[in-house]
Amino acid sequence: MEIKILRGEEAQSYNVELEGVTLLTVLNHIKTKIDSTLTYSHGCRSGVCGSCAVRVNGREQLMCEYKPNEGDTIEPIRNARTIRDLVVDSSHLERFNTQAQAWTEGSREGNVSEEEVSSIQTQSDCILCSSCMSACPVYAVNPDFIGPFALTRVWRYVSDAREISSDAKISAVQTNGIWDCTLCGECVPVCPQNIAPAQDIQMLRTKSGMLGYQDPNMASTFGGGLDFGSGSF
Amino acid sequence: MAKVLIIGGGGAGLVSALSAHEAGAEVIVVSKTLPTRSQTSMAQGGMNAVLGGDDSIESHIADTLRSSAGLGDEKQITFMCENAPDAVRWCNSMGLPFSRDKSGEIARRRLGGASAPRACYAQDYTGLKLLHTLYDQCLKAKITFQNERFLLNLIVDEESNRVLGATFLDIATGEVEEIRADAVILATGGYGGIYGKHSTNSVQATGDGLAAAIRAGAKLADLEFIQFHPTALKNSSILISESARGAGGYLLNANKERFTDELAPRDVVARAIHEEMTKSGAVYLDIRHLGEEFINHELPQERKLAQIYEGIDPVHELIPIKPSAHYSMGGIEVDAQCMSSVSGLFAVGECANHKTHGANRLGGNSLLELVVFGRHCGKNAAEFGARNPVPALDNSQLAKDINFVRGVMYFTNQIDFYQKQEMLANIFYNNVGLVREEMGLKAVLGAIRQMQKELPFMGPKDKSKVCNTNLVEFIEFGNKVELAEIIVVCAISRSESRGAHYRGDIPARNDVMFGAHTITWREGGVLCADFME
Repeated sequence: MEIKILRGEEAQSYNVELEGVTLLTVLNHIKTKIDSTLTYSHGCRSGVCGSCAVRVNGREQLMCEYKPNEGDTIEPIRNARTIRDLVVDSSHLERFNTQAQAWTEGSREGNVSEEEVSSIQTQSDCILCSSCMSACPVYAVNPDFIGPFALTRVWRYVSDAREISSDAKISAVQTNGIWDCTLCGECVPVCPQNIAPAQDIQMLRTKSGMLGYQDPNMASTFGGGLDFGSGSF
Repeated sequence: MAKVLIIGGGGAGLVSALSAHEAGAEVIVVSKTLPTRSQTSMAQGGMNAVLGGDDSIESHIADTLRSSAGLGDEKQITFMCENAPDAVRWCNSMGLPFSRDKSGEIARRRLGGASAPRACYAQDYTGLKLLHTLYDQCLKAKITFQNERFLLNLIVDEESNRVLGATFLDIATGEVEEIRADAVILATGGYGGIYGKHSTNSVQATGDGLAAAIRAGAKLADLEFIQFHPTALKNSSILISESARGAGGYLLNANKERFTDELAPRDVVARAIHEEMTKSGAVYLDIRHLGEEFINHELPQERKLAQIYEGIDPVHELIPIKPSAHYSMGGIEVDAQCMSSVSGLFAVGECANHKTHGANRLGGNSLLELVVFGRHCGKNAAEFGARNPVPALDNSQLAKDINFVRGVMYFTNQIDFYQKQEMLANIFYNNVGLVREEMGLKAVLGAIRQMQKELPFMGPKDKSKVCNTNLVEFIEFGNKVELAEIIVVCAISRSESRGAHYRGDIPARNDVMFGAHTITWREGGVLCADFME
């Protein structure tokens, strides 16, 4: 089987005689047997550490869960600076989660129903692999967009039945946050954990509306001049 | 304000960071990867704590002591079990989304060796959700992170036996740098990675902290005790959580018959499987009778991983399994304050030996240990640092390590270290695994000593300064070889069977001779070992 791996500007082809194994197994084979300079990140081999997201033929995949096919082209994920081969700078994880204040302000004790926990179960499955960020088209116009994983994380805390205060978080995601998303949904199918960030962002918008925040794009579109008597523009 | 340097960004490191921060210290966490990529993310089963009902803290203590086979310290175990309910409440207060039972209380399940269901869990993602929740809290506390820095050595003032800091390779730039601090905490995880493809561990679990600690003059304890998880996928050693058996899964032999109590402690079950594999050739885990709905809800990861790595669907098919190296009971020798034999050097979590697991760890006690002792260790390190500010001493460690990283590029590369690494994993699994015998152990020791001599003929092939993972993997291999020698020396010295250390040639336990800890250290470069209380 031949696969191509983008290394800097150019793609390099490798021929590997392995069948039915994961892409990570193929890369480990290449690194230990063929070319030790090939550089990538990996850890758990089981889809929970979030290290090994790449793009295969233009679509985000975890290398430890994807089985490669003849002719596949492997590239680093997008919207992050490539350090070498498939390794990218991951400082965005800390930066965006901090900006979004994606943490609890305090969580009350006491009983919580199974339903209440299950409502944040999927969002708290996130492994921070950055696949969603890589697939997001907004970064092309706004590199400071807080982005899908951090916003899902915010929704996970905001909608936690135990959360004592979510107002500051809602306020933190108004700029470069929920209103910058186009709701295109590109982040949804690429999530290895079946999280739907676009949906969580939609929920944050609704919640923001209830707290009196407005979509700034709407306000600027109409420049505040003609609102036809409707406060919602 | 004391400066506390924490090496390792997994569960133990992050809990210590929060605790040291709360105690008023300036905290810096250095990780060889990213905190959320640590081994802790892989823990599935749960965190033991008695939260009322028919269970009692006394039973938790008794179960843990019994499983430890005489090597658990009752005081340390009591400390851990008594603090367990508070540890769970603390995690809940940070927003860890525990699964709930019908009444809305934190749900608990029964794991092997436990007399009651007491593992609090979050589906089969307990470690993942704990780790991410801790990370979020660290960002809230504005903890400083330095990621993708590989620990090279601890900086120690030999005269005063005081740790001054540590040296790191910045993987992205290739530069070697030092960080000085008033107290240093090692939270670098276990050494299961030595077993390579026969381990459930992350490829990162290479024992870097333990190797650096013994080089720095610290003592290690009980390194021969390595837990084999009974149920890993046969081809890949990927973990199938004990909760699969806790929920009623069966172990079947090649004739599809049950052959053991599935919920006995891990060492017992793992050896029963090993014996059955030798006899009948294969062992399977059967969870078909639990039903698709239950499997999807409680064991979603297991189903997915079995499909990817074994090509079978556990809802309809048997899962081929084998025991695989899973947890390092041995670790850096620490006192009740989590401090090692080097002044100011602390250790916590899997890289430390808190004497809570003894010869065999119970499922659900490792996440508990890292929370309880992490909180303890962070606070102790902060207080130590405040009382004993680090002296500004000249030290040649940084210069030595800069030279090493420069010089290693000129190693001759006549021998492929990846090949040797694979060989080490295989001979370890077969001779330093579930069943050990003196002959095999001595042969492995010979092979390791040969590898140590051959290291200068190996080295990284990749000469890049930027992001050289081949170089990192070579240094990791060096650490593995260093620890491998110690593990085998301990396993040879312990001429008895106890917990996870089972000698086929000496199956009896011998409390008179070996009812003590195997302590190892280096003196003038020579490896020393002794049994001590």
